[in-house]
Amino acid sequence: MKMTIDMLNEIRDKYKDSVTIRKHADGTKVIVAMGTCGIAAGAREVLKTFVEEIHGVNDITVGQSGCVGDCANEPIVRVVTPGKDTVTYIKVTPEKAKRIAAEHVLGGKPIAEYQA
Amino acid sequence: MKELSLNLLDIARNSIEAGATSLTLELCETDLKLAVSITDNGSGMDEQTCRRALDPFFTTRVTRRVGLGLPLLKMRAEMTGGSFSIVSAPGEGTRISADFIKSAPDFVPLGDIASTVVSIISASPDLSLRFVHTLPDREVLLDTDLLREKLEALPLCTPEVLCWISEYLNSQYL
Repeated sequence: MKMTIDMLNEIRDKYKDSVTIRKHADGTKVIVAMGTCGIAAGAREVLKTFVEEIHGVNDITVGQSGCVGDCANEPIVRVVTPGKDTVTYIKVTPEKAKRIAAEHVLGGKPIAEYQA
Repeated sequence: MKELSLNLLDIARNSIEAGATSLTLELCETDLKLAVSITDNGSGMDEQTCRRALDPFFTTRVTRRVGLGLPLLKMRAEMTGGSFSIVSAPGEGTRISADFIKSAPDFVPLGDIASTVVSIISASPDLSLRFVHTLPDREVLLDTDLLREKLEALPLCTPEVLCWISEYLNSQYL
C-alpha cells in the first residue's frame, strides 16, 4: 500500500485527546550525544532504537545534544528524570539501548553496568 | 563514518547550531554522480571563518579542539574526483555543496539517508526541513512544513511520528 501524508491524520487524531502532549517539559528526557564523534561511533542508530522503543509513551522525550567531551566513550546517552540524578550511559549500542529503554526509561531502574 | 548520510547528519547539525530555522537537504543522483547540497538560513560565516572551518583543528565547540565534519566531507568528495564548496556570509546563511563521482573506488555510499532525515527532525522539531532526492527514475520528497500542517498540535518529535516519517521515506525508495 502506498504511503501518503494523509495517513498522518490518523496519528494526529489518536493523540488529539491526550492531555500529556503539552507535558513534555515535566517528563523524563533521553539525550543522545550527537557530535561528530558520536555520529561516527553509531549514535544515529542508538537514537533510532530509543525512538522505536519509546513509541507511544507521551511524556518521555528523546533528544540530542552536541559533543559532551568524552569522545572515546561514545555513543553517550544521558537519562534525565526530574527530581533524580542524571544517569550517563557510555559505549551504548542499539542492543544496550533496548535494555536501557525498557528497564530504566520505562521501568525506572538504572542499569549500573552500562554506566561509566 | 561508513556512510555519507552520516557526514550529512553531522553537517546538518552545524546548521542547527548556527541557529537555522530552515534547512534544505538536496541530493541529485544519476548513475555516474551524486551531488549534495545543504543550505541553511543560520548565522552564516565570514570569509576567514569559512576558511578556518575547513581546518580540522578549528572548531566553535568548547568541549574539544577538533572539528572534523567539514574537512571530512570535503576530503571524501575530492578523493572521488568530485568537488566541494562553501558559500556563506554573516547573516545570510550557508550553503555547503559536495559532488561525488560514484565509480571512484573511494566513493563512500550514501547509506541510510532516511535515518539521517529523521535524526535531523528529532534534533530540531520546529525546523523547516526540505529534503529532496532526485534519482534517475523518481524524486523523493519530504517537507516538514507540510507534515506540521497535517499534524496540527502534535509535535514532529513524537516517537510515533518519527517512526512514521522513517517508514514513509523508506517506502519512497522501494
